[in-house]
Amino acid sequence: MAYSEKLIDHYENPRNVGSMDKNETSVGTGLVGAPACGDVMKLQIKVTPEGIIEDAKFKTFGCGSAIASSSLITEWVKGKSLDEAGSIKNSQIAEELALPPVKVHCSILAEDAIKAAISDYKTKNGAVEVDAAE
Amino acid sequence: MQRVRRRVTLPDKRVSEEAFKMNELKAKPIYLDYQATTPTDPRVVEAMLPYFTEKFGNPHSRNHSFGWEAEDAVEVARGQIAKIIGASAKEIIFTSGATESNNLALKGVMKFYGKKKPHLITVVTEHKCVLDSARHLEQEGYKVTYLGVKDNGLIDLEELKAAITDETALVSVMGVNNEIGVIQPLKEIGEICRERKVFFHTDCAQAVGKIDLDVDDMKIDLMSISGHKIYGPKGIGALYVRRRPRVRVIAQITGGGQERGMRSGTLPTPLIVGLGKACDILSNEMAEENARIEELRDYTLKRFRDRLEDIYVNGDEHERVSGNLNISFAYVEGESLLMDIKNIAVSSGSACTSASLEPSYVLRALGVDEELAHTSLRIGIGRYTTKEELDEAVDAICTAVERLREMSPLWEMAQEGIDIKSIEWAEH
Repeated sequence: MAYSEKLIDHYENPRNVGSMDKNETSVGTGLVGAPACGDVMKLQIKVTPEGIIEDAKFKTFGCGSAIASSSLITEWVKGKSLDEAGSIKNSQIAEELALPPVKVHCSILAEDAIKAAISDYKTKNGAVEVDAAE
Repeated sequence: MQRVRRRVTLPDKRVSEEAFKMNELKAKPIYLDYQATTPTDPRVVEAMLPYFTEKFGNPHSRNHSFGWEAEDAVEVARGQIAKIIGASAKEIIFTSGATESNNLALKGVMKFYGKKKPHLITVVTEHKCVLDSARHLEQEGYKVTYLGVKDNGLIDLEELKAAITDETALVSVMGVNNEIGVIQPLKEIGEICRERKVFFHTDCAQAVGKIDLDVDDMKIDLMSISGHKIYGPKGIGALYVRRRPRVRVIAQITGGGQERGMRSGTLPTPLIVGLGKACDILSNEMAEENARIEELRDYTLKRFRDRLEDIYVNGDEHERVSGNLNISFAYVEGESLLMDIKNIAVSSGSACTSASLEPSYVLRALGVDEELAHTSLRIGIGRYTTKEELDEAVDAICTAVERLREMSPLWEMAQEGIDIKSIEWAEH
């Protein structure tokens, strides 16, 4: 399969590979996909008290397109607010990496991953606020 | 990723010094996909060449020397092919390849005998051309039983016995599996079929030249053979059709009635000469070649195991041909692995390398976990593979696996002692 240069660059030199402590309050973790389907993405964000994503890390089990999609989205979300990051569409990723049609599901997975990470962060911090109020 | 300059080392350097010089100028990847196809042996090419030019006659031309010359060459080849499977030359029918041979065997036999015996038995791990022929027969109203396989890839003979009925016309079981290289117990299957008076067809595209075959000893009634899997040319194959007791088939390609009416069309003399020569080489060199390849295979597997943990060989480790190494590298998806080792030509059972986005149906039939099926590579070792090439391939694959595992959330979980089966994954 012929891939775009951008995709190959993200695959060969993935940005932001790694893990953060998922128990930390400022960290939101999204784990999406399934091993049986051949792709699993773990995406983590570290959020400032002002609600800005200051860091993002990923680990992905999947094809080159899945790795590149997750690498790209970690780059994009850094410095963004949660709302901005949550509004990233899979079509933007697919377009940026010129994903072939059979690989579009990789970009959907990346969108799901960031949404899941944001939701995890919100759940955690919502819970903290409730605790504080009690 | 560095590109390494490399050429395939062929044993016979007489044929084309020019071609070698050309190869040295180009970056040449390492070829480890001998189950997909093989390069044509230079000795085969040499044997074929005159039949393109000065000996171009139509082997069916009965009234001049051009025709006789071509016919003689075809008959020599027929004998060479028959010899390596213990058949007689008259029992060899030329086709365009194993796909056509398998189509002719299944459809041809079922359509001839199907009125009284409409039942066919085959196996879930057969090549797609056998399975698809079976599906077409099913659509036409024939009954098909698909036998499962054990976790080592071999069929259960008791299951086969139980599946045969008075309506069974044909049992079709491949000799050697193309993905995992396991060898089915052909002799035992042949005995069961003969006893129950059922014809036995075997797709031996991957078996010829890899294991000893004897159609009488193994009681095989039809056998498919491919040219390009045995260092012969592409576009040629053969079907062995037993004469005593006689097996009859309905032709799938009709016309001038060549090949005793079983397959019409002018015989491609150069390709046939090539297939014959490829078989002739195997008759002389097969044992030695397979011993050398087996040593390389075992060496390669040992090197993988020395360096990596959590790797699994798919298919029986002993009942398999020497040139096939199918390994799952747990926690690393196959296509991403292939992308990392661009310089090495291998295949993967990963869904992402198939048009259907389904992982290998063969691995799934063995009961290999789906997540492991996604992580498999098939490494094919053949006539021109060198130890140096394998060393380079093992190093590159291991480095890639290590890099991708560092990137894999599943590997991370495994290191933390989390059982990935305990997680409720959202299947998508």
